[in-house]
Amino acid sequence: MTHAADLPAWAALLTAFFVLLGAGLTLTGAIGTLRFRSFFERVHAPTLGTSWGTGAIVLASIVCFSALGSRPVVHELLIGAFITVTTPVTLMLLARAALYRERAEGSGAVPPRSTLRPPGAEALQDGTSDGGR
Amino acid sequence: MTAAILLWSLTVAQAMLVAAMGCNTYRLIRGPRAQDRVLCLDAMYVNAMLLALTIGIRTGSSVYFEAALIIAVLGFASSVALAKFLMRGEVIE
Repeated sequence: MTHAADLPAWAALLTAFFVLLGAGLTLTGAIGTLRFRSFFERVHAPTLGTSWGTGAIVLASIVCFSALGSRPVVHELLIGAFITVTTPVTLMLLARAALYRERAEGSGAVPPRSTLRPPGAEALQDGTSDGGR
Repeated sequence: MTAAILLWSLTVAQAMLVAAMGCNTYRLIRGPRAQDRVLCLDAMYVNAMLLALTIGIRTGSSVYFEAALIIAVLGFASSVALAKFLMRGEVIE
């Protein structure tokens, strides 16, 4: 641990603050997965860690390496952007799979599939049935 | 002085991240349904990635950044594959 002494005081304090903030938020989200009752409540909890938990630790890394190298180092933003893009995709797929499984079992824990058709469905069918356009 | 503050806050943050992984491991083992287990596996991937980033800050080398990036990519791919498996019963149809 030789580079910590090379950091200026403001960079060290800022890095410490952001690291503690990110880790605390991630721990809060992990405790949330223990305390929530149903899966559809639990699916919200880890997003604390993937939004500001990741963001704060990425910011801490940017501040630390920028102050060490005396130039802006922003390649950690790649991780932040990747996590921000992929987490909704993952959790949406997982929640839809869980909804499908609950409905297939018919346990009554989730509302049934809506019988209402979306607006425009009939119009689309009429439009496709009248000719080869 | 500030170096000591940085070191101690890094240690505390790593302990917090390991505690978060412990919470996720409990839910991974005890989870009532398969979707709870997949959710906590995804959260554990994110926690492991953050832990690699904090180790990178502690050692001051950028090798851990690449490891964190690879963990993030593999976590996304495996979580999507597991969610697809829960939905369809097979991954590649």
